Amino acid sequence: MGAAVEIRGLVKRFGDLVALNGLDIDIQAGALTGLVGPDGAGKTTLMRLMAALMAPSEGCVRVDGFDVTTDADVVHIITGYMPQRFGLYEDLSVMENLQTFASLRGLGGEQRRSTFERLLHFTRLEPFTRRLAGQLSGGMKQKLGLACALMARPRVLLLDEPSVGVDPVSRQDLWRMVGELTSEGMAVVWSTAYLDEAERCAHVLLLNEGGLVYQGPPDELTGRLAGRSLRVDELPSGRREFLAAALDAPGVRDGVIQGAGVRLVLAQEPTAAAEVEQLAAAHGGTVRSVPPRFEDAFIDLLGGGPGGRSAIAERLETVRLESEVAVSCHHLSKRFGDFVATDDVSFEVQQGEIFGLLGPNGAGKSTTFKMLCGLLKASSGEARVAGYDLRTASGAAKLSLGYMAQKFSLYGLLSVRQNLDFFSGVYGLKGRLRRQRIDEMIETFALGPFLNRSPDVLPLGFKQRLALACSLMHRPAVLFLDEPTSGVDPITRREFWTHINGLVRRGVTVMVTTHFMDEAEYCDRVALMHQAKVIALDTPDALKAEARSATHPDPTMEQAFIALVEAQIAAGQRRAAA
Amino acid sequence: MNVPASTTSRGDRPAAAAFDLRRLIALMQKEGLQIVRDPSALIIAFVLPVVLLFLFAYAVSLDVEGVRLGVVLEDDGVAARQLANAYAATPFFEVVPAYDRRQVQELLVAGTLRGFVVIPEGFDGALASGGEPRVQVITDGSQPNTANFVSGYADGVLATWLASRDPTSRGVGSASGGSGIALEQRFWFNPELESRRILVPGAIAIVIAMISILLTALVVAREWERGTMEALFSTPVSIFEILLGKLLPYFALGLVATLICTLLAVTVFGVPLRGSVVALLLLSGVFLVPALGQGLLISALTRNQFLASQLALVSGFLPAFLLSGFLFPIDSMPRVIQWVTAIIPARYFVSSLQTVFLAGDVWSIFLPDIFAMLAVGAVFFAVTALTTRKSLDR
Repeated sequence: MGAAVEIRGLVKRFGDLVALNGLDIDIQAGALTGLVGPDGAGKTTLMRLMAALMAPSEGCVRVDGFDVTTDADVVHIITGYMPQRFGLYEDLSVMENLQTFASLRGLGGEQRRSTFERLLHFTRLEPFTRRLAGQLSGGMKQKLGLACALMARPRVLLLDEPSVGVDPVSRQDLWRMVGELTSEGMAVVWSTAYLDEAERCAHVLLLNEGGLVYQGPPDELTGRLAGRSLRVDELPSGRREFLAAALDAPGVRDGVIQGAGVRLVLAQEPTAAAEVEQLAAAHGGTVRSVPPRFEDAFIDLLGGGPGGRSAIAERLETVRLESEVAVSCHHLSKRFGDFVATDDVSFEVQQGEIFGLLGPNGAGKSTTFKMLCGLLKASSGEARVAGYDLRTASGAAKLSLGYMAQKFSLYGLLSVRQNLDFFSGVYGLKGRLRRQRIDEMIETFALGPFLNRSPDVLPLGFKQRLALACSLMHRPAVLFLDEPTSGVDPITRREFWTHINGLVRRGVTVMVTTHFMDEAEYCDRVALMHQAKVIALDTPDALKAEARSATHPDPTMEQAFIALVEAQIAAGQRRAAA
Repeated sequence: MNVPASTTSRGDRPAAAAFDLRRLIALMQKEGLQIVRDPSALIIAFVLPVVLLFLFAYAVSLDVEGVRLGVVLEDDGVAARQLANAYAATPFFEVVPAYDRRQVQELLVAGTLRGFVVIPEGFDGALASGGEPRVQVITDGSQPNTANFVSGYADGVLATWLASRDPTSRGVGSASGGSGIALEQRFWFNPELESRRILVPGAIAIVIAMISILLTALVVAREWERGTMEALFSTPVSIFEILLGKLLPYFALGLVATLICTLLAVTVFGVPLRGSVVALLLLSGVFLVPALGQGLLISALTRNQFLASQLALVSGFLPAFLLSGFLFPIDSMPRVIQWVTAIIPARYFVSSLQTVFLAGDVWSIFLPDIFAMLAVGAVFFAVTALTTRKSLDR
């Protein structure tokens, strides 16, 4: 029996852009295949090619032996495809969506009845059949999308980023359902930008910039790193100083902050281990070997991460605020009509701290964030930045904070220099100081060659540097980063965090929102948000320790989140019972 | 989950049908539910036509009524006063009396008056001696349309007054001759010369053009924007079924909107329906072919709701409004523009609708119009069919 999907010499071009470049892939039936890679790597294009929604520019794609170009009709019958955002009719109810897709798949009579019963039970959507799809939560939409894709009992099931915008608990459910499907012989392809999800797949296709960099079981890739993943703890001189030094050492391939410690990946040279031991001893830390992660392997495959020096941080004078507390909020709430987006949130952030707001889309982190940087008026409660009350002195508060919005929010119709000019003006810089700061940013971020070009055509890494430069020109004491690294590959993300770590060492306070659970570990403290409330607030290590159990002796951030949400739900039910 | 044996197993070639009535019905049911649930679709289909009809019927009027006219009475003879009263008596004018032309000159400059009539000194004398009485009419040429009406109506009032004064003489020119020949004007189809009667059928055409082009363009673009088109494409449904599943519900909606507009036209605006309802529905149905085709083509090319609505306005509403002969007679347009109107389906619909409302079932007019509309529609559908494939490749 051949592969469920065979891909040979596949090239896909859009005009001049090469989206996929020479792929040879075999996808097996009865197994979960993870299609993993950063945004823009070509995952969706590959999914659409397999679903016979596009034709290859060169090469061929065969699904169960049927060519997607010449036999598209047959491929449409034997595949189930769930597009991003699930492809549901939001103004139709759950049942009406099911009925529409059942009819389109030619499912009628007794067969339809039994299929609905089975799918509704399988997705646990029975109580919600009359609800409009648009009023379902992200997790329920995902299950309905899955049910619609499963309607015709496909031989190949294609799920395009099913876990985006879905809370970790619902995501857990989805893994369970997919596990059942593969055990029945279905081939399931799951695309994702979260590298940690790769570890749960039987087989992994790793895409980067349109090329296939790895194909095989995930542990085979991580196995190559055996003994090369380390964690350094108990660093009295501070883990960020140690990380900066370690990243510049020749024996270190990659490194990130992980809770209270530092996670390092060694180079292949035999001398590397001794070099790190020596460096750790110099900083007073202890070294232990840890199991490698998929992300470690990915970075290693791409030739390692960037160095540890941040040119911009070195230029900054150390920030000193009058108060120790840089950002605070008390009983902060925001209501939109009947809907409570942020519900009674209180916390304090110390100067020089990296504070993370973590949670799935719709948990309220963006709303909370926007109130703290003065973009949104609170319905009730108090918020302060650098000592200024946002209700009475929002102008002064805004001048002491820098804000980097999602997707960088640069002006594509202005050149790089005009963007710098504009943002310096917005932050009130004038005359000689303004020119000086702009020149300084151009020099430190090496933007010189791109000054007259549009930010839209810059490589991703430079776009990110420019966005950071624009938010730093007025030397803010507090930096707000809203989903700074979504849509960014892991190497670019590391370069970004090198700058952030450098800034924090100069006393800048950083507030960051993220839905990458791993990224939360770069923070000093994390507030977990779920359904508009902060359900836990602690250091990443403490949060993970709290979730430690017999089944998860060393939980990941995601497992910790799930455990905390479930505990919250259980407590709510106990209260309701009492 | 317990999976019974699949209907087809691996390696088999399942049968793919190009057309399946159940799939088409499922798509139309889905579309119907969306129309019923989506307030914006209902507003465009039922509220917008009513609002537009009222606007066209009441705000766009080509009739002149109550225009402010100065009447300068320089002669105080009996005949002169009678003539002044005749001006005041017509519903067309709201008369501002004066005894010195300088008074009204200022008012004309200020824009308060649209014109004035001077009944000069010696008017009575000239009339009594059988000479030609002279009356001066001065109008505000900055509004040419109104100016024409003012001078025309003012002359008319004078002529009528002269005629009533002396039953043996008719008209200004023949006041002294008394030839006794009567010129009696007759206006066919719209004897009261009420512009509303000719505007309302035209407005119905504009309204139907608007909702069919705009709605189709919007709903198809919406499927692209929300990613549901991608989901549809991944099922065995054919592109023909998808297009037909869009067209039929909106075709029905267009006919319903036509009936509502007709009902309004006949009951509220008092426009007679001299032709048959069958002819009316047939004409509307035929017009919906190019209109829906245009909407479909727009959304297939843009795949974006904002762009689709802009294009629908510019390529659908504006030509239908300006080039259909609804407001501006096509005969008086420059030759090149007249040629352009030949490809505007609304042009044929406006002329047919005006005929069916005001004249009756004149098939010698309908048939060429029907043929022209179908021809334009065929072009739209051909281009749509050529540019739309069941593929996300552009």
